[in-house]
This record gives sequence, C-alpha cells and structure tokens, in this order.
Amino acid sequence: MPESGMDEVVQEFLVESTENLDQLDQDLVALEAEPRSADLLASVFRTFHTIKGTSGFLGFQRLEELSHHAENLLSKLRDGVLELSQERTDVLLEVVDAIRGLLAAIESSGLEDDVEFGGLVASLQRVQVSEDAPSGADGPTSGVAPRSPDPENDGAGAPSGTATTSTESSAAGEDVVVDQRSALADRSVRVDVDLLDILMRQVGELVLARNQIMAHAEAGDDPVLLQTVQRLSLIVSELQEGVMKTRMQPVEHLWAKLPRVVRDLAAQFGKQVALEMEGGETELDRSLLEAVKDPLTHLVRNAIDHGIELPAVREAAAKSNSGILFLRAFHEGGQVVMEVGDDGAGIDVARVGATAVERGLISSDQLSNLSEREITDLIFRPGFSTAQKVTNVSGRGVGMDVVRTNIERIGGTVDLMSTKGKGTTFRIKIPLTLAIIPALLVRCNEERYAIAQASLIELVHLEGEAAREGIEYLGKAPVYRLRGKLLPLVSLDRSLGIDDAPSLDARDSVSIVVLQADNLVFGLVVDGILDTQEIVVKPLGRHFKHIPVYAGATVLGDGGVALILDVNGLAVHAGMGDAVENKANAGKSPEGQNAAMRSLVVLRVGDERRVAVPLDVVARLEEVSSESIELAGGQPVLQYRGDLLPLVRLDELLGERESEPVMALSEPEGPPVEDQAPDDLPVVVYSNGRLQVGFIASEILDIVEDAFEVRRVGAGHGVVGSAVVQGRVTDLLDIDAAVGVAVGDVEAAMREEAMSGVA
Amino acid sequence: MSRSEATAGAVTERVQFCSFRVADLLVGIDVQVVQEVIRAQDMRAVPLAPGEIKGLINLRGQIVTAVDLRQRLGLSPREEQEALPMNVVVRHDDEAISLLVDEAGDVVELTDSDFEPVPPTVAPLLQRVASGAFKLDGSLVLVLDVEATVREAAAKADGVRSLASSGRPG
Repeated sequence: MPESGMDEVVQEFLVESTENLDQLDQDLVALEAEPRSADLLASVFRTFHTIKGTSGFLGFQRLEELSHHAENLLSKLRDGVLELSQERTDVLLEVVDAIRGLLAAIESSGLEDDVEFGGLVASLQRVQVSEDAPSGADGPTSGVAPRSPDPENDGAGAPSGTATTSTESSAAGEDVVVDQRSALADRSVRVDVDLLDILMRQVGELVLARNQIMAHAEAGDDPVLLQTVQRLSLIVSELQEGVMKTRMQPVEHLWAKLPRVVRDLAAQFGKQVALEMEGGETELDRSLLEAVKDPLTHLVRNAIDHGIELPAVREAAAKSNSGILFLRAFHEGGQVVMEVGDDGAGIDVARVGATAVERGLISSDQLSNLSEREITDLIFRPGFSTAQKVTNVSGRGVGMDVVRTNIERIGGTVDLMSTKGKGTTFRIKIPLTLAIIPALLVRCNEERYAIAQASLIELVHLEGEAAREGIEYLGKAPVYRLRGKLLPLVSLDRSLGIDDAPSLDARDSVSIVVLQADNLVFGLVVDGILDTQEIVVKPLGRHFKHIPVYAGATVLGDGGVALILDVNGLAVHAGMGDAVENKANAGKSPEGQNAAMRSLVVLRVGDERRVAVPLDVVARLEEVSSESIELAGGQPVLQYRGDLLPLVRLDELLGERESEPVMALSEPEGPPVEDQAPDDLPVVVYSNGRLQVGFIASEILDIVEDAFEVRRVGAGHGVVGSAVVQGRVTDLLDIDAAVGVAVGDVEAAMREEAMSGVA
Repeated sequence: MSRSEATAGAVTERVQFCSFRVADLLVGIDVQVVQEVIRAQDMRAVPLAPGEIKGLINLRGQIVTAVDLRQRLGLSPREEQEALPMNVVVRHDDEAISLLVDEAGDVVELTDSDFEPVPPTVAPLLQRVASGAFKLDGSLVLVLDVEATVREAAAKADGVRSLASSGRPG
C-alpha cells in the first residue's frame, strides 16, 4: 500500500488525468472533423503518453498497458502510417472511457483490478492492422509494457507531428487555439474552493473597512491620508474584482463534454445532430456551474432522444437531415440564462396528456381542463416519461422532474417552449447568487433596497400636480402613461405588505423605476431613488427562500444590510406572473395571441358576451358621446385628438347584433346599448404605433392579469379563440380582423398613412 | 465567557451548555453549535417574512438571519424599555443563524444525571424545540434543540409562503 506521501501523488494523478481525459474527448471529436490536424493529434498523443508514463511510475500496470496500446495506434496516426477513421475514433473513445473506469476504481479502492478491457485491447490491435501495419506486433501482446516509451515517441510528440503534417489542411486558427490552451494549462494552479470562499469573505470585509476609513478620511482634512486612502480604495476594488473572478468559470467548461455526448448519442440513435454553441464565454460561479451540470446533460440527451427526429422523418417534414441542437448562454436581467434547444419534432401535447393520464398523474377529467401549457408542464412531474420505448438514455421517468428540482435548488427556474414540428427549447435561469453586480438603491418605508441595474430601463419622477394627475387607474390597477404607452405600476410598499402606505394618487411625489421583467415592462413605485452601487449579492437564508420578491441581500458601504429585489419575483408577486412566465410563447409563437397570458381588458359586448383585448395593445380607454360619432365614407369615425379615429362596433363584428346604419348608435334600441346611457359609449383605443382604431364595447368590465390559455374554441367571426378568465369563458378579440374592418376601406388606408406621421 | 472546569475526566457524559435568558425562561444551548455571542446589532427587517424572523444582521460581512426566540418560543413580546436582545450565533447546516436572547449567562457543565425529559405540562410549542430540562441550583434550564428551533422556523416560513403564493404557477 502506498504511504501517505504517495497517496497525494496518486490523488494528483487522478485529478490531472480526469481533466486530461475530458480534453481527450474534445480533441478526439474535433479530430474526427479534422483528421489530419497535427496539433490535435500531437495533443492526443501527449495525453496518452503522460497517462502511460505516470501510471507506469505509480505502478498501475493495467492502466499503463492500455494507454500503451492506444499510444501505439496514435503514433501511427501521427506519423501518417494510418488514417483516423470513425472506427478508430470509436475505439479511442472507448479507451478514454476504460481509462476513466480504471481511474474511478483506483480512486475508490486504490486498485485497478476490477475493470475489464481485454476486448478493447483486441480492438486496438485490430484497427492497427486492418490497413497495412508495419509494426502492429510490437506492443499488443506484451503483458508488461516498457517503462519508458521507445525513443521514437519520446517527448517529441508535438514538434515531429507538426513537422510532418503541418502543410496539410489544419486551419491556422485551430493551431492557435490549441497552443493557447496548453500554454494556459501550464500557467494555472489548482486552488481549493474553500480557500477562495474564505478569501472572498475577507475581501468583502476589507471593502467595508475601506469604506469606513474612506468616510473618515473624507471628513477630516489630512490630504496625505486622503490620498493614501484613495489609493487603498483603488487597490481594494481591484483586489475584490480579482478574487471574484477566481471563482468564475466560463460555461464552456461545462459544455466541453457535450460534443462527445452528442456524438455518441446521435450515433446510438441513428440520428444526425449538429451541435451549436453560443455564449460559452459567459461566466458563472463555479458552484452554480457544478449544479447545472447534470440537468444540462439530461436536457441534451432528451433533445437527441426525443426532440430531434430520425433523418428520414426529418426529410419527410422538409427539414434538413441533420438536426440542430443548440446551447446558448447569456446574461439577462441579472441572471444567467442557459438555453438548450433543438429544431426537432416539438412536444406532442396530445401524447403528453394521454401519457399523463395513463401514468395516473391526472385523470382524464382533469386533463380536459388543462391548457396546452399546463399539459406540457406535466413532463416535469415525477414519474412521467413519454418515450415510446424506454431507452437507457432517457425515458426512465426520472428525468425532467429531477432537472427541475436540481435547478430550483439553486434558486433557478426551468421553462419550456415548444412548437410542434419546429422544436423545443428549455430555458434555464440561474441567479447570480455570488457575484458583484451594479445596482440601483431605492428607498421604501425608510429602508433601502437594491435592484440589479440590468433590469433597469429608466427612472421617472413625478412631482406635485404631475404626481396626482399622472397616476390613473384601470379598474383597480394603477397605470402611468409613459410616452403614450400604458405602464402598469406596482407599488413596492404594497408588494412588501406595508398596507398603511398612502395610495398612489395621494402622494406629493412619485418615483417610478421602470423595470424589465422577463417580457414585461412595469413601473415600480418607490419612496425615493438613492444611488447606484456595486453590490455583492449574498444569498438569503432558508427562512426567506420562498419569498419571491427577494433575490438576495447585500452589505452596503456603511455596513447596513439591503435586500435585493427580484424583478421577476415582484412581477409575479404583483399578479403579473403569467405574463412573465409566458415570455417564451408570447415572443416566439407565430400567433402572439394564442399564448396570451398577459394582462387583459375584459369587455362586455352585447348582452353578456365577454370579450378580452390584451392590455398591451390598448393605448387608452375612453368614453365618448354617441353624438360625436360621425361617418366618413360609410365608416364610423370619431374626431379624436386632432385626428380621425376609425371605429369598430364590436357587437356587430362579433355578430351580437345585426349590422345597422351607424346612426343607430345614437338611438338606443338594440339590447347592447339598452342599459348603457346612449351618450356614454366606452371605446377601447387600440394602437400599434402606426395606426389607431377605436373598439366600441358595451361596457368595460375589468382589467385582469389572470392565468389562462387561449383555446381555439369559438374561433372565427372576429375571435381568435376563447379562454377561461376569472372563471368565466371569455373570447379573445381577433385584433387583426377588427382593425381590418376599420381600415379595410381605401380612405382608412390613407388615414393610416397620415397617422403614421402622428404616432 | 468562562468555560468553567472543563476537566471532564472519566465521569459519565459531560456536556457544556451556554445558558441564556429569554424573557423569564432560562434556555441552554450546546456550546458546540454556538459560534459566538455578540451584543445587539443593527437589524434589517425583512417585509413579508414570518414574525419570528426578526431580520438580518451584518456579521462581519456575512448576512445572518435573526430569529426572535421570544416569539419562537411563544413567550411575552419584548417591551419598548427592555434592553436590546443579544445575538447567539449558531451554525446549522452551514448557515449561520442568530437566536435573539435577552441575556447571556454562564457556560454550565452538566452530566446525564442532571437531565430530565421535558415535563408534559410544558407548552407544546416548547416541547417541540426542547430536548430536555436541566436542574441547576435554584433554577431550571430548558435545553434547546437548535436543529428543531431553526428548522421549524424555516418550515413556518415555507408555510407562509405557500399560502401567500397559492394560485401562482410554478
């Protein structure tokens, strides 16, 4: 048994070799695309050579033997005696796996006995002799490999390899990358993560001490002290940044293994998959990176197993044979977003629903009440699996729920967007729990709160009259007209449960922080806007994990603690959650309205028909006198703000009432306007920035932000579908059709021209 | 803090407890879990948090959740004129948590023979967080199960959340 000093050497060997193997995976896959790259070959050769040498030194004979055989093959490839074929790559990759197995065995037991690879050695020999092999016999059968490699191979891997094949096709760019990589490896040091944590905490304290001494120096009149402190301050900032960076790793690290995974899986399923990666340089704290590793791999497997279709199927669907699997990473709203998507078949909602019923997750009654979105969400339920046949890759029913649980454990979220026939995208959002972010400090109820600058769009301050007049209400929802667009307002004090706060329109001044939640812009009303600062995000303890409005906390320069607001959490908390959650669909769905989970203006049309219009296309709600409605070319119009506003009677459009001469508007006789004062018609002013149209309703019922999904039930006749809103069936107005009615005639088309100048 | 006669010798199980006063109750906390005891700190209240979560304190750059033991244990709330509570910082599952107490007492060393189970007449709330009672000369000390104290507070926080968020998807 090795003594303890030896143990350490073995440990180091294990760590180092594991890293090298990851590199090997990448290099081998890259080699396949570029079989003549001398640098890659040299790199692969070197790695095997190192493993062989070290394992021989440490007395791991079997490991040495295996790497020796691989090295033999590689030296022939490198010297151009053999060419890299898929079969050879396969065997080499298998060797990598076998070495991993050996290393794992060594790590757990210190011995390398219980891993079998006899067949593999045979394969290695076979692929070496299948072409003309001048020296195939020298190594394979010998039980004890030579301790030192033969001089031909010794140490000269890179230079000789480069010399023989550098004139061939390998791209110059690739060479540089490889060189840099090895140079970096030479210049890096392994550091214990705990040590980094301690360093970071200490730097945090140093920053606080710096801030205090800074305040002290600025108050006094000692120029030397002040100057010194300023210098100190600068150094501390740089130190802080440096220490912060030590913990950050690009997501590339995580992705490095995927080309190999994708290649193997694609081959296994007989599919063609092109892997596209974007944003690999996005950095994420190490511990978070570790936490998303498994979920990410699972999603990739899923995409290949379930998402991307077989080449023949794709061809039939007029897609290219090769499916695309893409990985994207980027920063958004103070979070890191990682997307895993494919251009495959998309999720078959019907099948998901059927499976869920079959698995007993829900009853068929329940199923019929679920929206499409809710049904797709069932794949995250424990015990769910849609794989038609259970494979060893995915479809074991332990998949998506584990993915979601793992991501949620680190405070992240997983969302799913899928379009049948077009593909599926999973979007993982990970909070920056350990990062320095620029933040805006605001005041509310005498306390300070921080908001990530990344979510900030602009600040609006209203004083006096402007404050009292500026805030308007749609139903109970306060809104502000920001350059003509309605901005929903959320008051921070109310959101935080401070109920005795004065109502918004009763304040002398109002500060609005305009924020970008996922897909939704809203105004957060705060008591005051203080300052911007770089803050260190610290996670909140378990007692606060489930309060959605906080993203963490931070220690401010004066030592005080400020809570960091979670912009999306605030939106959700304020009831706009569905709008937030539905970003994906709203953005990507070809029919934006189909996925509508936004705020709606609910109207009554006719006797009791409920019709909804998305709030975000509503510019204003007006009440107009029926006498003011005039005809322009047979079209009802309203003189409105110095222009003509074409009008559409929704009751006519929706067939609730026979089309009548418009004059009837002022002569109430049909049921729609019966219970409405004749001179008091509610008009919803639609605007798309180019043109405006007024929709005449019978009554404006409410503004809601409700969870619902549009179904195609009742589509047609000016309705795109219907949804259950506030527990009642509500039709969603087909705005395009309605606008089409208004601007269908020539005159209106000309008006559109004119208005585009106005708007 | 005086670590009184720590020489345990070969006697039965000897455990050291920090003793604290919370309202009129004496509680003991295993010294092993107590990281430090510090005077009253500036407290940052956290809106929406359950009542017994008093807020957050800055412990040398680390943000620590403070649990009001009075409220946690169902004791009389603090009066305006009373002294500010002290922070007993305990470590639990790698998280530092401050338990707010009114006064810090001595470290006492006790043996098994001093130990009694919590009498059934003690309020259920206390029963759940106490692992036993110790008899001292002239006083009784309720031994806090820190794990239960902290865990239940967190569970309660969850409960509050799930109520408040019911209907919210995800």
